[in-house]
Amino acid sequence: MELVMAILIGVLFTAAVYLILSRSLLKIIIGTGLLSHGAHLLILTMGGLGGLAPPVISEGVTDFADPLPQALILTAIVISFGVTAFMLVMAYRAYAVHKTDDMNQLKGNDEHD
Amino acid sequence: MEFVLLIFLPIVAALFIPLLFRKIKGIHTGWFVLAVPVVLFIYYTTFIKTTMDGGHALSELQWIPSLGISFVSYLDGLSILFSLLITGIGALVVLYSIFYLDKNKEKLGNFYVYLLLFMSAMLGVVQSDNVISLYLFWELTSISSFLLIGYWFTRDGSRFGALKSMMVTVFGGLMMLGGFILLGIMGGTFSIRELIAQSSTFVGHEFFTLALVLILLGAFTKSAQFPFYIWLPDAMEAPTPVSAYLHSATMVKAGLYLVARFTPIFAASEVWIWLVTGIGLLTLFWGSLFAVKQTDLKAILAFSTVSQLGLIMSLLGAGAITFHVDEALFSFAMFAAIFHLINHATFKGSLFMIAGIVDHETGTRDIRKLGGLMSIMPVSFTVAFIGSMSMAGLPPFNGFLSKEMFLQSMLAIRHFELFNFSTWGVVFPVVAWIASVFTFIYSFYFVFKTFAGKQKIGKLPRKPHEAPFGMLISPVILAMLVVTIFFIPNVVGKWLVKPAVMAIQPYQYSHPSEVGVHVSAWHGFDSPELWLTVGIVLIGGLLYLSLSKWQKFYGIQPDTLSLNALYDTTMMFSEKGMNRLSRIYMTGLIRTYLLYIFAFLSVTTIAMLFLQDAFAVDMSSFSKISAYGLINAVILLLAVAFVLLSKTRLGAIISLGAVGYSVALFFVIFKAPDLALTQLVIETVSVALFLLAFQHLPKLSDHGEKKSHKFVNAIIALGVGVTVTLVALSSHSQKLVQSISQYYKDTVETEAGGGNIVNVILVDYRGFDTLFEIAVLAIAGIGVLGMIKLRLARKESSDENK
Repeated sequence: MELVMAILIGVLFTAAVYLILSRSLLKIIIGTGLLSHGAHLLILTMGGLGGLAPPVISEGVTDFADPLPQALILTAIVISFGVTAFMLVMAYRAYAVHKTDDMNQLKGNDEHD
Repeated sequence: MEFVLLIFLPIVAALFIPLLFRKIKGIHTGWFVLAVPVVLFIYYTTFIKTTMDGGHALSELQWIPSLGISFVSYLDGLSILFSLLITGIGALVVLYSIFYLDKNKEKLGNFYVYLLLFMSAMLGVVQSDNVISLYLFWELTSISSFLLIGYWFTRDGSRFGALKSMMVTVFGGLMMLGGFILLGIMGGTFSIRELIAQSSTFVGHEFFTLALVLILLGAFTKSAQFPFYIWLPDAMEAPTPVSAYLHSATMVKAGLYLVARFTPIFAASEVWIWLVTGIGLLTLFWGSLFAVKQTDLKAILAFSTVSQLGLIMSLLGAGAITFHVDEALFSFAMFAAIFHLINHATFKGSLFMIAGIVDHETGTRDIRKLGGLMSIMPVSFTVAFIGSMSMAGLPPFNGFLSKEMFLQSMLAIRHFELFNFSTWGVVFPVVAWIASVFTFIYSFYFVFKTFAGKQKIGKLPRKPHEAPFGMLISPVILAMLVVTIFFIPNVVGKWLVKPAVMAIQPYQYSHPSEVGVHVSAWHGFDSPELWLTVGIVLIGGLLYLSLSKWQKFYGIQPDTLSLNALYDTTMMFSEKGMNRLSRIYMTGLIRTYLLYIFAFLSVTTIAMLFLQDAFAVDMSSFSKISAYGLINAVILLLAVAFVLLSKTRLGAIISLGAVGYSVALFFVIFKAPDLALTQLVIETVSVALFLLAFQHLPKLSDHGEKKSHKFVNAIIALGVGVTVTLVALSSHSQKLVQSISQYYKDTVETEAGGGNIVNVILVDYRGFDTLFEIAVLAIAGIGVLGMIKLRLARKESSDENK
């Protein structure tokens, strides 16, 4: 399963980076969303996917899934939500002020060097 | 008393200057400052008794003992001489500046802070025994010089001159630091005394010549030797008290101090003697030649300073000969160097002050507009006359004595037989003589074009009159010294010069009285120096009288073929060239920077993976492929494809939501219920947020991005994807470090009393992480709210460049 997941993560990262490199603000935000999904799955895969039970202590269970990656991902999910929300509003505001979402035009001009 | 602390007295005093300047308007701030150099001067004179006996005083303040770096004040003859010059001339200059700088118009607070900063730095340079702290003070003098030259910072010339002096001297300073470190490696210590003690072991070391050249670069840049002298004429933009103090009497002599201090270490080297003597003599010649070309009073003095520094430098080089041949013939040079150093400080200091007075009282320093001031400014004229005649090397002034000794030393070089000097030695007295002729000419040029001849009062910006009494005190004191020293040269020699000479040549003398030099003005008719001087006066006099006929030949040299032009072109090239270069790769587009980041990331990661043999796939550790997992993977792939291909905003957002939900399903499959729950909630909220925001955003468009750009993007994206896949596989396959999760599993019940390990980790073991996570969310929330509510100020006012 890890092999499948590794390739899947690769696809997610590829798509994310491709979108982030584009010129449209909205695409960049969607790209960061994909990037965080890829990162979450990456952390999970690194730790190993073989656990038979959720990491909750209960009678007779010895083979838990690794709890550490899960704890990390839980934090990451929430933070990435914060980032996405912030960027969305920033894009909204930038578009309202500059009337464009083209990154090439948002770079400013020589006066701002 | 720990007199090393006195080095810092001026800096400490500087702390109070701005306050005094602001609070006490009635009294010129300079009067308070004056106390500092006066007190220090009186204190340092008490050491003369020790150094006259060949002794020294030592005081130490630890700074970084583990690295062998400390502040050590080592007062021997040489250090005391310089300390007295710094504080003595300093006191006179401060006194002069009180009348030169108007207390109501000038920023005296700044001026005196810089000046005191310089005083501390300079004292540190000449007293430090530790080369690292010496370097620190050395750079501090460069910085304070920079600040003082740029004192009238609204003038273009000041800023240009300040920067130029900084570039040249700091370049040299850095070279010098390199030399110091090499010395430290060779000797295993940063103390100059200890380095000198073991200097005989350095000869032949592979770093020896390199260290020598690097340290000389520091000395030559600071002491304005050829070809680095170009900063000194531009430094004349500084207020005249500064020029008199830093750029003729003290700071530019730091290079001479350095050469003198390191003579015991490097005198054994042929390169040292050739470079110091040769460059010194070349500078002497060059400076005197071009001094006659100048039309600005201070520029004449600047070039004459360059020239005189070269003279002293060549004497220091010739003095090092005694390391090889212990003959009385050569022992004059070092004495003459120190003696001339004192003399130069007296006559050049007074001349600078007179130039300042002329500027102050007539409003111009252009020698073509000046003339006939003799009757209007009799006192200034007398002082200028004394200074100039001393500079020209005429009796009865101190310059005559040291000039004769200089000629004597240059003549002596002919008899030095090592290092090819027997072949080339004859060049030295010839060049020295020609340079002396030009020195004679510019000395006359300076004083008589200004004070004699026809009065041109109509052309002057101001109606000239004699300077106020207070302004004349300092130059008159210096002029009196010029005359006095002529009559008591051997007293000065015994008190100041011989102890300094002993400090420079410890390999030769163990007591100052062993320096067997007796100065006398008259050597008899058969002495060659006398006839050389007579020749200088005759030829120089003739050339001065015909000056108007040949001065115009200086115009032959085109401006584009000068060292200044070289400096300007280099500076312009590096500024413009670097600007252009950085604009090639700094495009201002986010895409470009991200391309660099992603490309770098994947290239280095993949390279390291294979170079370090870190890539490994352990198939046996992989878990079984489940049917649900496979189906979910296909769903996720399809969703990603939809995100990429979607033509509408809505389609892309829904597909992104699908990706999120299938990630949540993966969490279910891989036994992570908490994650799955959180992901479901967050994804729902996210999609809702996107749906709210998307109608305020424009339609999806690629803005006509070029095909080639898209292709590059795809390549880079693929590279990152492959990198991450490889990292995921190898990091799963090899665990180099034991995971901490086992500890959590073992202790979660006993230590934390919980059953859900993930939750316990978050709220207990890593509680602070979670706290800060909440803080991040709160900040993001504030940011979101702020951006929605904030009404931007009008664009014009928010742009600070306008």
